[in-house]
Amino acid sequence: MTAGIDLGMPATQAIRSDEDVVRVRQLVRTTAVAAKLSLVDQTKLVTAASELARNTLIYGGGGAAEVTTIDDGLRRGIRIVFTDQGPGIPDLDLALTDGYTTGGGLGLGLSGARRLVDDFDIRTGVGEGTRVTVTKWSR
Amino acid sequence: MALDAESRSRLSRLLTEHAERLTERWTGLVVASLRGRLSQAELARQVRELHRSMIDALAGGLTDLADEHGGELRAVLSELSRGRARQGFSATETAISVFAIKDALLELIEQDRDAATLRDFLALSALIDQMGLFTFESYVRTRESLIADQAEQLLELSTPVVKLWEGVVAVPLVGTLDSARAQVVMERLLQTLVDTGSPYAIIDITGVPAVDTQVAQHILKTVVAARLMGADCIISGIRPQIAQTIVALGIEFGDIATKASLADALRHVLRLTGVETTSRRARREA
Ligand SMILES: Nc1ncnc2c1ncn2[C@@H]1O[C@H](COP(=O)(O)OP(=O)(O)O)[C@@H](O)[C@H]1O
Ligand SMILES: [Mg+2]
Repeated sequence: MTAGIDLGMPATQAIRSDEDVVRVRQLVRTTAVAAKLSLVDQTKLVTAASELARNTLIYGGGGAAEVTTIDDGLRRGIRIVFTDQGPGIPDLDLALTDGYTTGGGLGLGLSGARRLVDDFDIRTGVGEGTRVTVTKWSR
Repeated sequence: MALDAESRSRLSRLLTEHAERLTERWTGLVVASLRGRLSQAELARQVRELHRSMIDALAGGLTDLADEHGGELRAVLSELSRGRARQGFSATETAISVFAIKDALLELIEQDRDAATLRDFLALSALIDQMGLFTFESYVRTRESLIADQAEQLLELSTPVVKLWEGVVAVPLVGTLDSARAQVVMERLLQTLVDTGSPYAIIDITGVPAVDTQVAQHILKTVVAARLMGADCIISGIRPQIAQTIVALGIEFGDIATKASLADALRHVLRLTGVETTSRRARREA
């Protein structure tokens, strides 16, 4: 899991609609700018958040994103936790395979998001919902 | 306004002595002015906070709201204005929350109408006026930034398809490309291709802040549909950070031509169609 202490209150955004996905992106962008992430890192994190928020909405049936600025003593980072109480992912390896989709997408959201961030952690189980935690550190 | 030490201590005594009655009456006036749109408890809390910061500011040596002793008080006022602006109250309704203390005070000092009390009231009144104006200004600033945000969202909705050149149409995508809008963009682009009989379409994504797999899928679908109609698409405006993100995501644009800028894309198309730009010809002839 991600080390580091929280700097300030986490901001939570509910994910119930397409507009909420946009709001998650905006929240992550603002937080990333404030944490002085580079433009490339901002864009990567915002894009990863967009993928995970949309999965939360489409496959998880809605949920929430929690965005926190953290510090591990050496650098700043941003941690985002996506949670839903949806059906969960039965085969995680398969879901993380490039091109795998059950919804007619490109099947690159989960695997791509993992490549876009520094730390990626996913907890899921059939009937238990899904919780994805990602962290991007400033460099 | 410039308050001296003596009037400061008299004013803070005036505010402290009748603290209970004053804040109660003040809250009552604010509640009435907002006609129940904020809870009594919430307003009572705000009034008490404001009352407390006024006393603290005076005790701290405030001579003018704009000076360094007014920092905390100004922060409380800004906070109040921001909240009101977001909740959709008018500027007047917001300022009344501050000005109401005057009426509450006046009712209190009605009994002892000596010259000194009146002088103090006038001095305090000047401070309250400053506070009201400051509230007004913060309110306006907040509203302005809210309006700017809305304009930005509106911009996100506009998706013009333009004929850039004979045989070349372009669609500059700006903002968020969700499914609904992507559908609109695709339909408009295809319709414009039909209407103008253009063999080329440029999809410019300079204004798209992030290209995720959904956006990419919409673009890919549009390109395929355009191809079925006999038109070739070029994707332009791929900024470095977007290029890196697309690569990390694993999105492949296959054999679709991509260019850094809209101008590059247009030059590319013109070269394909044999038209040359004047500057190029001029340069060669020189
Ligand atoms: N929060 C989630 N809850 C349930 N299933 C999910 C969740 N997120 C992803 N999945 C599953 O993983 C698959 C791959 O997801 P992703 O890589 O984002 O591709 P896509 O969204 O294009 O289908 C999805 O098709 C879906 O079956
Ligand atoms: Mg996905």
